Amino acid sequence: MASKLRILVPVKRVIDYAVKPRVNKAMTAVETAGVKHSMNPFDELSVEESVRIREKKRFPGGVEDICAISAGPPKAADVLRTAMAMGADRAIHVELKDGEDMEPLTVAKMLKAAAEREKSNLVILGKQSIDDDAAQTGQMLAGLLGWPQATQASKVEFGENDSITVTKEVDGGVETVKAKLPMVVTTDLRLNEPRYASLPNIMKAKKKKLDKVGLGDFGLTNEPRLKVLKVTEPAPRQGGGKVEDVDGLLAKLKELGAL
Amino acid sequence: MIPRTRVAQVLRPLARATASTPTAASSRMAMRCIATSAPRLLSASSPRRATKLTTEMYPGIKRDERFKQLSSDDVTYFKELLGSDSALIDGLHQDAAADIEPFNEDWLHKYKGQCRLVLKPGSTEDVSAILKYCNEQKLAVVPQGGNTGLVGGSVPVFDEIVINMARMNKIHSFDEVSGSLVADAGCILETTDQYLAERGAIFPLDLGAKGSCHIGGNMATNAGGLRLLRYGSLHGSVLGLEVVLPDGTIMNDLCTLRKNNTGYDLKQLHIGAEGTIGIITKVSIQCPRRSSAINVAFFGLESFEKVQQAFREAKGQLSEILSAFELMDGKSQSMVHKVRPDSKKPLEDEHPFYCLIETSGSNGEHDYAKLESFLEDVMTKEIITDGVVAQDATQLKSLWSWREGIPECLGHWGGTYKYDVSIPIQDMYAIVDDISAKMEEAGLVGETDEYPVVGVVGYGHMGDSNLHLNIAVRRYDVEVEKILEPYVYEWIADKKGSISAEHGLGIAKKNYIGYSRDETTIGLMKQIKNLYDPNGIMNPYKYV
Repeated sequence: MASKLRILVPVKRVIDYAVKPRVNKAMTAVETAGVKHSMNPFDELSVEESVRIREKKRFPGGVEDICAISAGPPKAADVLRTAMAMGADRAIHVELKDGEDMEPLTVAKMLKAAAEREKSNLVILGKQSIDDDAAQTGQMLAGLLGWPQATQASKVEFGENDSITVTKEVDGGVETVKAKLPMVVTTDLRLNEPRYASLPNIMKAKKKKLDKVGLGDFGLTNEPRLKVLKVTEPAPRQGGGKVEDVDGLLAKLKELGAL
Repeated sequence: MIPRTRVAQVLRPLARATASTPTAASSRMAMRCIATSAPRLLSASSPRRATKLTTEMYPGIKRDERFKQLSSDDVTYFKELLGSDSALIDGLHQDAAADIEPFNEDWLHKYKGQCRLVLKPGSTEDVSAILKYCNEQKLAVVPQGGNTGLVGGSVPVFDEIVINMARMNKIHSFDEVSGSLVADAGCILETTDQYLAERGAIFPLDLGAKGSCHIGGNMATNAGGLRLLRYGSLHGSVLGLEVVLPDGTIMNDLCTLRKNNTGYDLKQLHIGAEGTIGIITKVSIQCPRRSSAINVAFFGLESFEKVQQAFREAKGQLSEILSAFELMDGKSQSMVHKVRPDSKKPLEDEHPFYCLIETSGSNGEHDYAKLESFLEDVMTKEIITDGVVAQDATQLKSLWSWREGIPECLGHWGGTYKYDVSIPIQDMYAIVDDISAKMEEAGLVGETDEYPVVGVVGYGHMGDSNLHLNIAVRRYDVEVEKILEPYVYEWIADKKGSISAEHGLGIAKKNYIGYSRDETTIGLMKQIKNLYDPNGIMNPYKYV
């Protein structure tokens, strides 16, 4: 008898990917104050995929629960609301202080504890967050849980006996892997196109359950192992120049010693 | 920040995030970038019939015999004056038809002139010398900016010389304290706005053609655009202009102060004069602070009555942060969808009307909360049927593309008859139903090639009572025109509307000005034209 899916969807609040990040004056971090934040785009894909699995009835046993989880400052609740407006059933907010950051291993440990507590059998998470670009959490989580993992998914299909076939984006093509639940899947951009949060659903999302917990509730403390020494902007690109006409072009090429 | 105008930067972080593999999302956005110019690309490859010469379409217009024919000597004079080959396209001595075509033809492929000389001055002095010579020699000229006009004002009718301002594209100064910007007329609106964005300010004008249009052209046509609701008309925000008059005189009124009550405000005459009494060469304009927080919502409504209710509620509840309230009818959206089947529809179901609301303010959360409570309110009152709110800057941009993409998508089948009208708000949409019914009755609308009309749609700036009545056609057809004119103009005059809210007169509406202005006013306008341009060389056959 096929089991029911209980999906855990970790999401992160990051600087909107249309915003150009700027390094703060002290060169210790990226400036976040007064900058537009949104859900990490890969996490949007995770939420969308989870909701589609339910809507399209892709899993034979059905989807029992879609739970979004985020660790972050009070405002991280916004992205959890967005996840619920997109279709997640409920959310867990692991509250951190403003400016407090977690390393991938801590995140993975926290997600392991959460997956066990929520009896999740599928964790769908973004392959990376666009702020730190670590791309480690999913893999570490699978390792800690001892579950199979499929990273950079562009297609997720369900088969008999709780089997999942995942098409992965790899260099130069795709790779198809198959495993059984429970499993960790990380998402890549070709997987789907996230929906807009509709008004009725935004309103409904306000009534959905959002649990607030602390890291301590999972028996964890946030102890960074890395120390950021310095954050700097990449060297500015040398801009091109415009020439008026062919003569100008020739003159310029000669000047540069190209002719 | 307004990331909506920054396609490149939207693409950048995505590309970074996905290493080297192209992705669905990024190719989707690339699609969108391409789509902004797709109609033109399509029309180049599809069997669209060549644009008729304006003189064939308007056989009544005769070339003014006062104007001299362009001679070899004239071209030599201009060559010497401008000093470089790239500053001039000479169609007199060589076959430069392909080079000159973009200057002779408007982007809607509706008007086509027969100009054989394009001049691209590099400085105000150049413009002055050109006009002085043309005035003496009685050579007619057409000032041209980005050539994105919709009424044929920026292309020649006969052999007028095109004076294209593209080379004058420097930004001279920006005062971060007062917000006054001084820039050349040929600066592209989007580029200028990006320059301002880096300095925390915004150009008080935004429109769909921002990537091509010149700010000088915007002034000359008194463009309205998407943010008029918030920042007001150019008559208010322009602080000063430098204009070259038809005899070559340079009028330097580049004031950078908000207040200057000293004598007649002559610059105002040039705003909206469509290059008939001078060429604007520099602009000084008041630029407000750029709002740091932008929110966009898009929703569907079941009737025009509900749209009006929603507008009233929006003004009341969002008041100072409301920066755009745009109306789109169902047909316009389904046509955008037909042309861009790959872009995701904001709402699943079809609705007779759609609105897009933009708020901009200084505090994102505060604004979002306001917007949300407004939306909840209109939703529970059943004023709106369904809606979405942009959750991030990319969604915001793609929601806007459903409004901004309409004009281009309508042109996909071949052409568009465009009427840009102001009508008191309660009657605003009735004209679309009316024209649509008339076209159906005449059997001109259909899915296949034998029918000239693809559809009659309405969209526009609800906030300014400004409706764009558009008839998307496969070809420009006399039968269609017979129904449209003068019926549309009479309809508007009857409702005390304006036959041209923001697009101006050009050649398309020259003969219809009487529907919106009385004899005395038109007479005074003609006096001004004669005073400034006694030889009539500036943009002839158009305007008044």
